Amino acid sequence: MSLINPGFGLVIWMTLAFGILLYVLAKYAWPAIISSLKEREKSIEDALLSAEKAREEMEKMKLGNEELIREAQDERDNILKEARALKEKFINDAKEKAQVTADSIVENARESIESEKKAAMVEIKNIITTYSIDIAEKILREELKDKKKQKAYVEKLLSETSLN
Amino acid sequence: MSSILHKIVALVRIAFIVVIVLSCTSFILAQPDEHEFKKDGESWQEEIQQEEFNAGDMIIEHITDAYEWHIITIGHTHVTVPLPVMLYDDGKFHFFMSSVFNHGHDDYKGYSISHHEMNAGKIVRKDNDGNELRPDLDFSFTKTVLAIFFSMFILIFIFISVAKAYKKREGKAPKGLQSFLEPIIIFVRDDIAKASIGEKRYEKYLPFLLTVFFFILINNLLGIVPFFPGGVNVTGNIGVTGVLAAFTFIITTFSGNKNYWKHIVNAPGVPWWLKIPVPLMPVVELMGVFTKPFVLMVRLFANISAGHIIILGFISLIFIFGEISTGAGYGVAVISVAFTIFMDVLEILVAFIQAYVFTLLSALYFGMATEEAH
Repeated sequence: MSLINPGFGLVIWMTLAFGILLYVLAKYAWPAIISSLKEREKSIEDALLSAEKAREEMEKMKLGNEELIREAQDERDNILKEARALKEKFINDAKEKAQVTADSIVENARESIESEKKAAMVEIKNIITTYSIDIAEKILREELKDKKKQKAYVEKLLSETSLN
Repeated sequence: MSSILHKIVALVRIAFIVVIVLSCTSFILAQPDEHEFKKDGESWQEEIQQEEFNAGDMIIEHITDAYEWHIITIGHTHVTVPLPVMLYDDGKFHFFMSSVFNHGHDDYKGYSISHHEMNAGKIVRKDNDGNELRPDLDFSFTKTVLAIFFSMFILIFIFISVAKAYKKREGKAPKGLQSFLEPIIIFVRDDIAKASIGEKRYEKYLPFLLTVFFFILINNLLGIVPFFPGGVNVTGNIGVTGVLAAFTFIITTFSGNKNYWKHIVNAPGVPWWLKIPVPLMPVVELMGVFTKPFVLMVRLFANISAGHIIILGFISLIFIFGEISTGAGYGVAVISVAFTIFMDVLEILVAFIQAYVFTLLSALYFGMATEEAH
């Protein structure tokens, strides 16, 4: 039966055609395709690897950043604390100074008031003394207008005074 | 990986059984009439017009080789592509176009196209006793040869342009035809070559495997196309599959290492009395060397031919019933066309599966030949 009886010519032609096909494709098509595929796969793999690496580095950097931020925060807190302490100190110092100044001012004032008072007292005493003498003089003058009274008073004074 | 392989093997088996069962039934339907072949050569052409439709002849004519490429018959006019005939006979070369035979009608220089069973469809010459003799060598550029060269040029064109695309768009994503073929190429590389031969040695065999895969695939697919320039039963021709299997056989034999030959001559792990004094195992192993490519040849040939036969059988049914009554013909046509569509779709699947199986088995044989002792 012709179906399972291979034709001689066909086998020759087939060998020739398939040989040519194999040669041409193996020379001009497959190496280019296979090598490009390989290269692309390699480049994709490399890209993936480097992406992974970059990700890891980012992670590391993120950790570093957090550390930095924390440090910065700590530093800021410290600075703030110091500043607060300094401020407190300044205020206290100023307050103390002011107190001292105020105290000395008050002291001075009191002293001057005291001395003024003393001076005023002396003056008041002088004035009072003068007034008293004047008043006493006027009263005595009034009292001792008539002669009798003068005489009585001198006698009284003499009686009071013991002549030793 | 192995589970996918099992599934595919199971699928192939089911497809194979379906094909065998269906092809048996269509063979029964298409039994050629004995008296048909006994008709005189001269009046054959006229007779056949009045003859009842013979499905067997029609199918065999469609799936075997021919000296001309028959495209269509309009009324009594055959539209064909005549092809060159090259014969070497009695120490002389003969070159002429197949059109001299007038579609099998006429003789030329004593040569004619036989209508007898043994040489049906082939060029023969009559000896003095009236017996038909084949010429010594027949190099004719037949229909199948033209189809082979056609697919060869298509493949060269496709893959050279794809290779160019790879060079031009280096490192970029594939595009167009390139992106359609890339997964198939990668499949052949990773799941056939790498898996069967091994990571270290597969690259040497990859060009052959890819070429075989795409050659079988494109011819399987072109064979399903029912009109010119498709429809030629290239991968269902035993000569073609034989050459492909021979390539696999030669490559396997030449790449066989010490371990491979040792397994054939002195298979390890086999009791000595199977080797001496009667070398039973070596003979079995040596037979295996030849049966492997033989099976490759027969599997591809039988699968693709069976597919063609079934489809042609369904089409024949229309004409067989049409002869009984025109109405029956139309009625059957509906069912036949539906079945033909189903078979065509199945054949597309088979086209891929058979290309895959042939390539996978070739790769497995290469893997066996190059396997290191362990």
